[in-house]
Amino acid sequence: MPEHSFTVNGRQVTVDIEDDVRMLWVLRDVLGVTGPKYGCGINVCKACTSHYNGRAFNPCSVPVSKIGPDDEITTIEGLADTAPGEDLHPMQEAWLEHDVAQCGYCQPGQIMAAVDLVKKVHAEGRDLTDADIDTNMRNVCRCGTYYRIRQAMKDGAERMKGMKKGG
Amino acid sequence: MAKHSANARHARDGNRPNKPGAGDTDSTSAGSEGFAGGLASVGGHLADRRRFLGYLLAAPTVVAAAQLGGSLLGSQSAGAAQPVPSNPQVADNYDLSDAIYDAAKPTSDLITVQVHSDGTVSHEMVRTEVGQGVQTAIAMLIAEEMDIPIEKVNVTHAPARPELVWNQLTGGSTAIGSQFTPVRVAAAIAKGRLLDAAAAKWDLAKSELTAHAGRVLRPSGQALSFGELAEAAAVTENKKVSTELKPDSDFKVIGKPQRRVDAMDIVTGQKEFATDMEMPDALPTMVCRPPTINGTVKSVNNADEVQNMPGVTDVATITTGVAVRAKTFGQCVDAIHALDVSWNGGPVEGTSDTSIEKELKDAHPPWVIPGTPGTKAFEREYTFAFTNNAPLEPATAIADVKEDSAEIWAAAKLPITAQGEIASLLGLPATAVTFNVVGSGGSFGRRLFNDGPLDAAEASQKMGKPVRLMWHRADEYRHGRGRPMQVSKIRAFHDGEVVHSLENRYTSVFTDFGHGFGDLMAQYYTSVNPDTPLATNPGSALALSQTIFELTAVWPYSMGPTKQLLMEVRQPTESTGTEHNLTTFNTTAMRQVYNPNVVAAQELFVDELANEMGRDRYEFRREFAKDDKFREVIEKVAEAGNWGRSLPDGVAQGIGVHEEYKQHAACLVEVDCRPETVNRKIPGGTTGPRVLRVVFVSTVARHLVNPLGAEAQLQGGIMDGISLAQTNSLHLKDGAFLEGSYDDFRYTRQWNVPTDVQVILLPEDSEAEVGGFGEVGVAPTCAAVACAIGAARGSYPNYLPISHNAGIPFEVKPHDPPIPQSPTNGLEHYPAPAKASEETSLNP
Ligand code: FES
Ligand code: FES
Repeated sequence: MPEHSFTVNGRQVTVDIEDDVRMLWVLRDVLGVTGPKYGCGINVCKACTSHYNGRAFNPCSVPVSKIGPDDEITTIEGLADTAPGEDLHPMQEAWLEHDVAQCGYCQPGQIMAAVDLVKKVHAEGRDLTDADIDTNMRNVCRCGTYYRIRQAMKDGAERMKGMKKGG
Repeated sequence: MAKHSANARHARDGNRPNKPGAGDTDSTSAGSEGFAGGLASVGGHLADRRRFLGYLLAAPTVVAAAQLGGSLLGSQSAGAAQPVPSNPQVADNYDLSDAIYDAAKPTSDLITVQVHSDGTVSHEMVRTEVGQGVQTAIAMLIAEEMDIPIEKVNVTHAPARPELVWNQLTGGSTAIGSQFTPVRVAAAIAKGRLLDAAAAKWDLAKSELTAHAGRVLRPSGQALSFGELAEAAAVTENKKVSTELKPDSDFKVIGKPQRRVDAMDIVTGQKEFATDMEMPDALPTMVCRPPTINGTVKSVNNADEVQNMPGVTDVATITTGVAVRAKTFGQCVDAIHALDVSWNGGPVEGTSDTSIEKELKDAHPPWVIPGTPGTKAFEREYTFAFTNNAPLEPATAIADVKEDSAEIWAAAKLPITAQGEIASLLGLPATAVTFNVVGSGGSFGRRLFNDGPLDAAEASQKMGKPVRLMWHRADEYRHGRGRPMQVSKIRAFHDGEVVHSLENRYTSVFTDFGHGFGDLMAQYYTSVNPDTPLATNPGSALALSQTIFELTAVWPYSMGPTKQLLMEVRQPTESTGTEHNLTTFNTTAMRQVYNPNVVAAQELFVDELANEMGRDRYEFRREFAKDDKFREVIEKVAEAGNWGRSLPDGVAQGIGVHEEYKQHAACLVEVDCRPETVNRKIPGGTTGPRVLRVVFVSTVARHLVNPLGAEAQLQGGIMDGISLAQTNSLHLKDGAFLEGSYDDFRYTRQWNVPTDVQVILLPEDSEAEVGGFGEVGVAPTCAAVACAIGAARGSYPNYLPISHNAGIPFEVKPHDPPIPQSPTNGLEHYPAPAKASEETSLNP
């Protein structure tokens, strides 16, 4: 069986698995990294959102063969380590502050998507707007926590301004 | 990676103490009949109405217990007389939540609170966390009563406990109300016992000691932690004891905003759902399902070939399709695509939205209230499309079935029913089936049924191996459950000034209340109301549905004689000549059961009637409000929402009003229907009108435990209401639903979320004993949005959601193979999927 090496949450891993198995299953079923959730398997619900070399992607729609030895995958479990210090990532802090979660199933994906969007707008030198959220936050929350997500994202965006570059 | 112990595993290994035997009683006030009726009869046979009975159970550290069953039954006063008083409706006096509390009375057994040597306190709850925050609320009750920080309280799920009969049920927004007293009684007894132990150690009177922050303090300032006292406080024989509860005036935790106890696990990805649990041999398993609803397998033509595919370990035919087990779920998807199965058609083959709508309309019973001289009839009819529970976590379960035993891990709102159903499916006694309850990624009525656990158990038995079974998202839409199509027809007679009578014919495709919930209703409601349809037709499923409808439908306006009647289409009707048995759609009591549709029809009708009578829509509601509570929420929402403020053309306000689960609620929304808004583009998304603003007002029953949680539940319900009015439905064609993904089934997404949502909870109402906020947000919002859209457009919708008949804005995914293959271009397309283009965006 083909071997695939890459980094997950700072840890170098090698898996033996067919080329076309999507990364979501490699993470969940092979590596036991269960933070990214399944909600559709076709790049629609965004429950599986994680980071690929620091940018958001949906592992349910990427075969493992497309991930190379130099690629870094970050899931919700590794997000805090991308921020300076021992604490949570500022977006996670904002999520706690606003008590966003209900069932919690969508929230890993929401947080990973939120961090990516804020990084993107900050890189463009602007503040996060409601319009950014409308267009880019496609993540489904069937519990309907959308309003608190908006509040937490704006708060998290402010907190992220204090982070060192690259965080 | 650090994994927290799963609730279910925890529950399985946790030491559940023995049930009490004929122990002594510590209390002089406990009568001999106390065991059976203690908690249920507060103020009855107990000398002091503030004392409650419970138990200390023999265990290594102190374990206190209380019987389930509420002292919480309250009767509500019927509406006060109004200009043309309505007849009191059943739900005025006795609603669905009362029925559930009553059901909790006679069958109760014990729930326990245990103090451990490390200073933590544990409780296995007999309700299921589905996102509604019950775990947090119960932890709050324990923290309050024991004076211990909430971080030290561990609330997990009890496995199925058959001795609890209907007391292990999560539904009808009753989870907190039914646990409010028993959990506190157990906690109070545990704390009292810790105080006893400290008093003995220090040789002081108990009255000199206080408990604070998980420690017992003596006047000198010396302290012993609960952990240090846990063993000394244990008893060697079960004992009956009595206790007082903290008076409301001393509450420091109950009633204060509390963040969720599982929030840290959630935001760090550590919260475990069923498929996340570590169980290496339980390999991913999926089911290849039929192209039509409830079709069956005729033959599997290439099982051997599929069995040899990479990663695949097993292929087995089960009741619902062909199960495949593989190393990864991705390989299960591949196997399903490779399977060549011949199918038998399903029992509703050939049906469509239009054929079902016709059957419903043809089934309306005739009107019975005649017009009086000088009055004019006003009549409307509204159709509501099929919809789906669609919790984000699909049906899942882990099952390990052996020859003579089985163990299951899954989310279930009725674990005892699940255990029984699985046992009979497997041909095992119920005692041989352990059903471990896992919290779920949403429910909305989905986990009242055990479709996932049943599939898993059958597959595990046929394969002889443990399985980790999951439904595909497309399976959920096409074979999962939801609220079926319904038609509401309403007629009023008015004389231009006053409405003289009101009649509502509500016709629905059969709704399955299943085992447990339905049986509960049957057993208890008939005993308190001998006139109920169910009492006169025992065993009739129609009577059961009518009973549930009567328990929840409340016309909030005084409009003279008022009659609301549910009719269910179940069997083929002569008028359409159809062959189909409509009991075979997969349905359930979806969030707020009938009411999102009942109330939307009611408020659309009231808007249109007000317009017909030349009245302001708010003033009309205020004047005809059935009682002061309705009037209060209507006035409050209009004030907070600034009713009648000037808005641009194409933007309008709408109001929805409802009462359920002891709460009177009103919602005011502002919706933008201007073309530039309606036609805004989100790639692959349905936009349409935008709700700009929501103001939601609710009365609050006594003892609201967590206002922050209540607000969250209402905010979630508001999003459901917006979805149901605008975008969220299933399209039925040729006996199958077309939707296959969340872009097809258009539950609210951020682009349709209002940026201003205000939830106003009124001060606690001492007359309403207990309430629940899990559902009540949905109906008034759905109604208000539909009304606002009608007002903005100058023409009211008669079909919801409004997008349903505006075409199919997505490419229908094939039904054979039944699930879509995952794309491979995810690195190039974020956030919108590759296929999404502006052309696929179609707005109502
Ligand atoms: S599971 Fe990946 S986007 Fe839905
Ligand atoms: S919190 Fe349940 S799906 Fe978002």
